[in-house]
Amino acid sequence: MAHFDENAKPFSHQWLNERLAVDTLKRVMSAEYWIPKNINFLWAMGMVLAATFGILLVSGIFLLMYYNPSVDLAFDSVNYTIMTEVGYGWLWRHIHGVGASLVFLIIYIHMFTGIYYGSYKRGRELIWISGMLLFVLFSAEAFSGYMLPWGQMSYWAGMVITNLFAGGSLHADGFVEWIRGDYVPAQAFLSRFFMLHVLLMPLLIIGGIVFHFGTLRLPHVNNQDGEDFDFEEAAALWKSGNKKESKVIPFSPVFLSKDVFVMGVYFILFFYLVFYHFEFAMDPVNFDPANGLSTPAHIYPEWYFLWSYEVLRPFSTDVGLIAFAIAQVIFLTLPFMDRSPNVAPANRRGKFHIWFWAMLADMLVLTFMGKLPPEGIWSTIGFVAAIVFFALWIALPFITKSEKKL
Amino acid sequence: MSNRRDFMGMALGGFTALGGLGALMAMKKTWDPLPSVKSAGFTTIDLKDYKENELVTEKWRGKPIFVLKQSKELMAKTTDETKKRLIEVNGDHYMVCVGLCTHLGCIPGYDKANESFLCACHGGVYDATAMVTKAPPPRGLDIPPFKIEGTKLVLGGTCPEYEKMLADGTTLKV
Repeated sequence: MAHFDENAKPFSHQWLNERLAVDTLKRVMSAEYWIPKNINFLWAMGMVLAATFGILLVSGIFLLMYYNPSVDLAFDSVNYTIMTEVGYGWLWRHIHGVGASLVFLIIYIHMFTGIYYGSYKRGRELIWISGMLLFVLFSAEAFSGYMLPWGQMSYWAGMVITNLFAGGSLHADGFVEWIRGDYVPAQAFLSRFFMLHVLLMPLLIIGGIVFHFGTLRLPHVNNQDGEDFDFEEAAALWKSGNKKESKVIPFSPVFLSKDVFVMGVYFILFFYLVFYHFEFAMDPVNFDPANGLSTPAHIYPEWYFLWSYEVLRPFSTDVGLIAFAIAQVIFLTLPFMDRSPNVAPANRRGKFHIWFWAMLADMLVLTFMGKLPPEGIWSTIGFVAAIVFFALWIALPFITKSEKKL
Repeated sequence: MSNRRDFMGMALGGFTALGGLGALMAMKKTWDPLPSVKSAGFTTIDLKDYKENELVTEKWRGKPIFVLKQSKELMAKTTDETKKRLIEVNGDHYMVCVGLCTHLGCIPGYDKANESFLCACHGGVYDATAMVTKAPPPRGLDIPPFKIEGTKLVLGGTCPEYEKMLADGTTLKV
């Protein structure tokens, strides 16, 4: 057995160190976890996401105390009980709704930062893949949560999205009924999506975050120039007191203090939206109770799913489904589709620079078209943008293969 | 020694896999629609209650069911193909369909003046027999399983007329 000093006072530093190795823990997890100096505010998005997830968890716990997952009571438990009776119930709901929307905004910024700076290249593939798995988990969490108020949009989004699992011409209606536990979204459907939203998905997300952090440890965080340097050497320089000459800073407290500053700015925006513009995260159609015998005139998903919805929409059922399925997983393949060995910001990578902005612009066009009714010129623009999306992915290996080595 | 350990490992692994499969099967069955949900899946409607060219929406298994008694004018417009979609009882023809667009499940609206159904979600159009006339829907509205009992129709049951529709591809199984 290890050595335990009989004179150590209970809960003193030495006492805890002997039992929990708190010094080692602190050293490994924060004080000697090294972050490059050459970064900008975009490197704070990871911790901004972690903080937003924390806020979603806390506000969710309070909503959970009054929410009632029954098809007869769900709508009123949200719109009447939580919104009018529960003290500050409206606050938790608006935080939860705004948080769910902003978490996707930050995820997209985080993703495109990674693409721009090549932070998915050799050694960092698993960071990218685990991050994209988190995106899928957050999407499932957002969708299952959207069912819970049991309004018209909840019901019809549930109907349309579960219908996708019939696989078009495969007509796997039995599979769709199995997912729903009924012929249409009803009590069994609401209860199981409630379970997914409050237990299974959050558990998987927490596991996914731990895994994502784990993949970061050995390859380390990328920097603004994609520079590959010796972290141990740089860390030794810092520890010997040459902090100015060293290329790294410790995660805590130095990097974290930068993070906290960015979070401060972010939370000003966050709470401005919670208090003054929460309506952007609340679809008016969802303030009508679910009705299986009346479809809303336009069914569209929340803004963060619009680009992939628009990839589905302009094609016939089967082609659309295949396009949609590919769009959902294509980003996972990025580390292998990019054939260039260069780890550098996109603006130094020639054609890839154009590819990056074309992809970003195309996804914005898809997003706007997804919201508009599928008529006339909007239909055509949406169709062209969907084709461009796939054309860009097909072009990626070729343009990166021919890229000059930096 | 190593052989004995291998055997123990394989025996343990085998039984664990068996238990895992059993657990997966139980989980799959837990997600199945309940027997009470399945047995509530029958609805009886009386066809003599309906008026010509007037759409009535019934409910079966939580889904809207369109019933449209065809007038003489409507019957004159039918082809051999679309006539097969109608149910004949006492010389009258009825369109009985699940009122969910075969594209992605929205409810099309009936336009009485044009004698057609329009789905607002993605612009699909169906004629008065619920046959698709404009994409994206891949096929006409599905016909629910039915059993003819006099002038009554039991939705969820089956009869030779329905089996024939299934066999010749007039409708898919809903």
